[in-house]
Amino acid sequence: MDLAHALLEGNRRALAQALTLVETGGPQARTLLSALFAHTGHAHIIGVTGAPGAGKSTLVAALAAHWRRTGRTIGIIAVDPTSPFTRGAILGDRIRMQALSGDRGVFIRSMANRGRLGGIARATGDAVTVLDAAGFDVVLVETVGAGQGEVEIAGAAHTTIVIETPGAGDDIQAIKAGILEIADLLVVNKADRDGAEQTVRQLRAMLSLADLPTNGWTPPVLTAVATRGEGIEAIASAAEQHLVYLRESGRFAGREQERAGRELRLILQETALERVRAHVSPSDWEALIAQIVAHTLDPYAAADHLLDRVFSQSGG
Amino acid sequence: MDRPIRVLIAKPGLDGHDRGAKVIARALRDAGMEVIYTGIQQTPQMIVEAALQEDVDVIGLSILSGAHMTLLPRVMELLRDHGMHDVLVVAGGIISDEDARILKEQHGIAEVYGPGASTHEIVRFIQERYETRT
Repeated sequence: MDLAHALLEGNRRALAQALTLVETGGPQARTLLSALFAHTGHAHIIGVTGAPGAGKSTLVAALAAHWRRTGRTIGIIAVDPTSPFTRGAILGDRIRMQALSGDRGVFIRSMANRGRLGGIARATGDAVTVLDAAGFDVVLVETVGAGQGEVEIAGAAHTTIVIETPGAGDDIQAIKAGILEIADLLVVNKADRDGAEQTVRQLRAMLSLADLPTNGWTPPVLTAVATRGEGIEAIASAAEQHLVYLRESGRFAGREQERAGRELRLILQETALERVRAHVSPSDWEALIAQIVAHTLDPYAAADHLLDRVFSQSGG
Repeated sequence: MDRPIRVLIAKPGLDGHDRGAKVIARALRDAGMEVIYTGIQQTPQMIVEAALQEDVDVIGLSILSGAHMTLLPRVMELLRDHGMHDVLVVAGGIISDEDARILKEQHGIAEVYGPGASTHEIVRFIQERYETRT
């Protein structure tokens, strides 16, 4: 495939177009991803998540700049929310990444989540595959501003960095399930503000209370002032150590297995739905929906009915 | 395939007045487009690089500094250098009729909007250009 070939040769326009293709989805996207798959597996995939305004973009830019100084190349995917009403989006993460402009060792792509919950877009995993195949050493994925349930990034990344800010919530927030449990690294950003030490203490206390299945990795709690570049080196080095830990402990294979399983599930969901839709005429589809609305058919039975139709035709 | 129109909104040059650019960004979002907002003080190189990475369909340039006759042709030249002929470029700001005519006829800017332009007009122009897109 031409696009795959151009991308693998380092053509940046081809890379950008490939990202558009996988974001749009469909058979062409799958052909491309199949062609690229053999070239993946090299990048360290790092997720960065945290509440809106916690400093995700600034931290991502600072980490990227740090790794550029050590000669590593960086791909960045920055996800922002789509409006549920208009399908439009304003993607503003590049504003905080201006300092990386003009560096050919960095490629930044903004992505709207297009209505998907969980903190990343449907195509974020595929976009990571494309950047990995293009040869970037580190792929940083910045999630949408996350609350407590946007934990999907952990299934898509090797290392997950969760950013907190001083004074965000009391002790009980820290022991709730969810986003803190997915952290491989915890960063208290804006650490020049009041309450930073207390937040660090609370997070450490939470980690020591929690019975986390870490097998030898306790998430470090680090501080940063990302706008001034303070604390970045320690965060970068902890992320690198986490990758070493994953490899040496054999957990890397486990993470890869989780990632692959998640990918397979997502792809299966999508392709199964496409096949069903291809088998069913729009009028039959509408008729089933009308029956559900009229309460003469329940949606589970309707789904079974559709699946039976597809698999009895293609299976036999 | 049905996908949203992607637009890059950028402010070339040194003026820091980004209110107009933000109003346009919002109007385009409300019309269902994905708007990449890059902020103020962008060089033509930064704008074209961002447009390339983001694979946008449209670039909207807001410029109030008076430097439009140097900066906008430079953006168009860099786009051509990168083979990005298919990107629609529109500009807005304080631009005289004569300058607007030259930017359109000689440099390939698709449309130039002055201070009185309505956001509806701009949204409609972009949508009409892309309705015929395959």
